[in-house]
Amino acid sequence: MFYSPVITNAAEVASHKDLHLFKYVEDPKQHEIGTYQAHGGYKAWKKVLNGMTADQVTEEVKKSGLRGRGGAGFPTGMKWGFVPKASPKPRYLCCNADESEPGTCKDRVLMERDPHGVIEGMAIAAYAIGCHLMFIYIRGEFNHCRERMEQAMNEAYQHGHLGKNIHGSGYDLEMIVHTGGGAYICGEETALLNSVEGERGMSRMRPPFPAIEGLYACPTIVNNVESLASVPHIINRGADWYGSLGTEKSKGTKIFSLSGHVKRPGNYEVEMGFNLKKLIYDPAYGNGMLEDKKLKGVIPGGASTPFLTPDMIDVGLDYESLQTVGSMLGSGAVIVFNEDACIVWVIKKLIHFFRHESCGKCTPCREGTSWLEQMINRIESGEGQPGDIEKIEDVCGNILGRTICPLGDAAVMPIQSAIKHWRDEWQYHIDQKQCMVKTNFDFK
Amino acid sequence: MILTQESIQEIKEKTAKYPRKKSGILPALTVAYRQLGYVDDEIYHEISKVIKVPYVEIAEAATFYTMFPKKSRGKYLIQVCHNISCALLGADSLISYLEDKLGIKKGETTADNLFTLISVECLGSCSTAPMMQINHDFHENLTREKVDGILETLRSEA
Ligand SMILES: Cc1cc2nc3c(=O)[nH]c(=O)nc-3n(C[C@H](O)[C@H](O)[C@H](O)COP(=O)(O)O)c2cc1C
Ligand code: SF4
Ligand code: FES
Repeated sequence: MFYSPVITNAAEVASHKDLHLFKYVEDPKQHEIGTYQAHGGYKAWKKVLNGMTADQVTEEVKKSGLRGRGGAGFPTGMKWGFVPKASPKPRYLCCNADESEPGTCKDRVLMERDPHGVIEGMAIAAYAIGCHLMFIYIRGEFNHCRERMEQAMNEAYQHGHLGKNIHGSGYDLEMIVHTGGGAYICGEETALLNSVEGERGMSRMRPPFPAIEGLYACPTIVNNVESLASVPHIINRGADWYGSLGTEKSKGTKIFSLSGHVKRPGNYEVEMGFNLKKLIYDPAYGNGMLEDKKLKGVIPGGASTPFLTPDMIDVGLDYESLQTVGSMLGSGAVIVFNEDACIVWVIKKLIHFFRHESCGKCTPCREGTSWLEQMINRIESGEGQPGDIEKIEDVCGNILGRTICPLGDAAVMPIQSAIKHWRDEWQYHIDQKQCMVKTNFDFK
Repeated sequence: MILTQESIQEIKEKTAKYPRKKSGILPALTVAYRQLGYVDDEIYHEISKVIKVPYVEIAEAATFYTMFPKKSRGKYLIQVCHNISCALLGADSLISYLEDKLGIKKGETTADNLFTLISVECLGSCSTAPMMQINHDFHENLTREKVDGILETLRSEA
């Protein structure tokens, strides 16, 4: 029995020549080291230890075109390259497993079902940056992921993949499984580092960037679970292979968490550039709209990315294509909603989240998200005033680009796009003091 | 000491590997919460002695995070995700259903101290919505039938 009943496309991945992250996630024993190794696990780690220099590993990952899967899409190899070579300080690696962006539930599948894949990727990344102590920061609520990762870590030590003088290479590497305390902001990399240090999980001003001064003021790389889980495959099959997948600027494969009003919500690994419409309607993935209702909108990359309307969904799921239509790939969380959803109600749900999760360090975000929530709640409950839309836009404008970390922008962007696409509906809500569509979703 | 010997031992093991003592704060709080279901001032002091970090630093960190409440709650803490993916599939109606079944409002605890019901932000089960977490366990793809079964099981175990 799997802990999570989530649907995946593991069967498709297993028979596909290039998809790889989900190949064994339906194998109930994949989390055990014996099975993982029988499937070729830890081969990349041994290859690295026995014949590649740290620079060669970094170069290979650079060449592959892998970009961060945590949201920002920063080139992974390039980030590793920022770690100063001459620094006498220790270096650290933190795998970001805080997964809390509404809509996102992919890293969890990797940790639950293929934890060694995450550890192997972390180990290779650690080696590339000369790190001897690596962390995985798992959100506190993911108790089952913590258990799986701890168990896998213990097995990895027992089999000599971690510890001292690993496989006779002279390389030492220790690992710590760290759990959070329930705070979305700790997924932001500098807040995450504060949290590991035992501080309140508040973001830090940048520069200095973590690669220069991160954990304990030492060079630190923070990478997402999925980014790191991709690394062993790049080492095994080569940067050229990885670079042949996806689009010109978005390489490789990506897991999309599909949720909301589709018949078959689930986690699907596809090549970058995969068509969004196909993801929603193809029987192998979303299988169309729930109860065949009409599509109203899609949030393509997690709760902080701008909306798409039905006429915009014939688009590739990759960094550039989504940018072209005014949105972002984000964490790859595709949230679909039908015409029964009032847009003000949708935004009310989102702004509540961002207001609740604001760490409170900077004024535009702390105060701005509170005001926004109040105004939006007012409109939703039929007490909107003429001029409210303009006021909301004004507050948004005063948050955007003026905050310490990107959470402020994340809160604002969906609101701005919801007003842009559905302005009439907002106006109706204010004028008529009620929803244009009565939202009342019932569970089964 | 309110912390048990096992908890103290676990805290010591969990925190030993960190390069700095202060990093032991969250792991220690987590162990304490798992034993007690709350972490208050008295426990901060106990943790302070175990990991040798000043009390104020522990209190400062602990109060930032939602997972270390100062007061204990019902034997079963029911946390329903009310965020967007779950809301689209009826999280609000799930919360009302639980309120009716338990005879309490969101935020309250039943008179027998068995259940506390709260709603929370996304728990990473968006593709298996709606969902709730009860103590450490996730319950996903919820239906009325499933909810009835889960509550019944918990009542019979209590
Ligand atoms: C508010 C906020 C929350 C974030 N949450 C996560 C998260 O849960 N997981 C994650 O991997 N990255 C998250 N990020 C992005 C991280 O800051 C960082 O960019 C990422 O972990 C880097 O890894 P990558 O380059 O492999 O994507 C978040 C960013 C912000 C601003
Ligand atoms: S933008 Fe918000 S979350 Fe980020 S540092 Fe400022 S207050 Fe904190
Ligand atoms: S929105 Fe409910 S678990 Fe993610």
